[in-house]
Amino acid sequence: MSAQEIAIEMQNVKKSFDGGHEYVLNGINLSIPHGQLTVIIGYSGTGKSVLLKHMLGLLQPTSGRVRVLGQDLASMSELELGRFRRRLGVLFQHAALFDDMTVLENVCFPLREHRRHWTANQIIEVAEAKLNASGLDPKHYGKLPGELSGGMKKRVGLARALALDPEVILYDEPTTGLDPILSEMVDDLILETHERISGATSVVVSHDLFAAFRLADHMVMLDKGTVLLAGTQEDFYNSKIELIQRFLAKGFKRE
Amino acid sequence: MLSAWLNYRTKLNQAIDDLAWSIFQRIYQFFFDSGRSLLFFIESVKLIFAKPSRIEEIVKHMEFIGNKSILIISLTGAFTGMALSFQIYLGFNLVNATNLVGPTVALGISRELGPVLTGLIVAARAGGAMAARIGTMRVSEQIDALEVMGINAKQFLVSPRIVAAFITLPLLCGVFDFVAMVGAHILGIYVLGLDEAIFWDKILLWIKPSDVFEGLIKAAVFGVTFATICTFKGYTTTGGAKGVGEATNQGVVHSMVMIIILNFFMTNFIRFYLDLVNG
Repeated sequence: MSAQEIAIEMQNVKKSFDGGHEYVLNGINLSIPHGQLTVIIGYSGTGKSVLLKHMLGLLQPTSGRVRVLGQDLASMSELELGRFRRRLGVLFQHAALFDDMTVLENVCFPLREHRRHWTANQIIEVAEAKLNASGLDPKHYGKLPGELSGGMKKRVGLARALALDPEVILYDEPTTGLDPILSEMVDDLILETHERISGATSVVVSHDLFAAFRLADHMVMLDKGTVLLAGTQEDFYNSKIELIQRFLAKGFKRE
Repeated sequence: MLSAWLNYRTKLNQAIDDLAWSIFQRIYQFFFDSGRSLLFFIESVKLIFAKPSRIEEIVKHMEFIGNKSILIISLTGAFTGMALSFQIYLGFNLVNATNLVGPTVALGISRELGPVLTGLIVAARAGGAMAARIGTMRVSEQIDALEVMGINAKQFLVSPRIVAAFITLPLLCGVFDFVAMVGAHILGIYVLGLDEAIFWDKILLWIKPSDVFEGLIKAAVFGVTFATICTFKGYTTTGGAKGVGEATNQGVVHSMVMIIILNFFMTNFIRFYLDLVNG
């Protein structure tokens, strides 16, 4: 892949939280292609969420380099990183909605912060359009997050993540804790969003193999803080790696 | 016999080692935490002046810290004023010096009890709420959400609270002083039968504006202290609901202890400074 074709690149990334005794990420080398939907899978505790936080610059690697959209995150100041992050959108595991704001205020919030020259009406118009695109009924716009179901929260979280029209959208365990029907709804939402926004790169971190094979153009499997395999769905089917075969054998049912 | 003795000595040595290690760890942790919270405070103060300005947030937190504490501050102030004037009256009555009840109460309230009790009450009420709110935001990834939106979470969550506490605490202390003196007046004049003219005349004679300012300055420092400690505890919360509970508890307890310790040093420092200025 050429530099233009790579949205996120990690070179020998290592991360330890205890001064080097144990590494959560142990030499990650990874290239996430631009404009594609990549799913990062792995068992719990393999470092998926830590990897995602490195892509967002929320964590800095102990060693190695992380480049997102061609920018080296470690070389950026706090201010530059803040500006750069506007090009990224994140749907958190539990949506991470601000619980003292209504649904509409949650989606308006990033716009109020970063589109200061816009009028209040412009901001509300855009926020409503994002909520509408994520499939939330307008009757819920005035509700607080505590009054919403898990699926509705995900829709609001996605609308907020998309508010600033990001170039890269990251999803952290989007179906965790949801029942099979809601999980499928969230998968559909991710697919629709990826197809609707042309040129956007989507990265889904999940342990849900069913979702991975439904969504992914490109897949990455992590194990013990390293990349076990990265490639297409075909590469995974044909892999002779025992752990992948075991994972594939177990993972195709949604309980 | 010898083996039992050696076994006993080994266990004793181990117990002493464990105790020494645990004391060392606590001391180390105390200095480590103090250093981290000092850096946290310096960074938050710098961010007060960063763009965009957070005036709306500051006003919102001032309303929460100030307006919502007025009733509890007034209630505490009134009863503190009454209790203090009664105790001082009982003591001074033994030496026929009841005409000094007014200024003694006023000095005690304005210099010490006003700022300290205001700091303690507001630290418990608003400080606990700050630690719990920010801690909950941390464990539910709302702070991460702010950061990935390109918003400096410290500038948005911490700096406005520190400014709000810095402005609001002296105002609340002023309310406390006023209500406490009203309480002392009611008890002293209408219950204990002190002469109203002497009561106020002696206060005006002995109490200087600097005595009141001393209390207000202390209150402002206590405001910054509890806001920094509680936001720091909330901001560094880990471990879910249990972690939020611990952060809230530690925030309130550490703030209260720090206010009482700081009060002693500030009293001495201000006395020293005033002595120096007044020759």
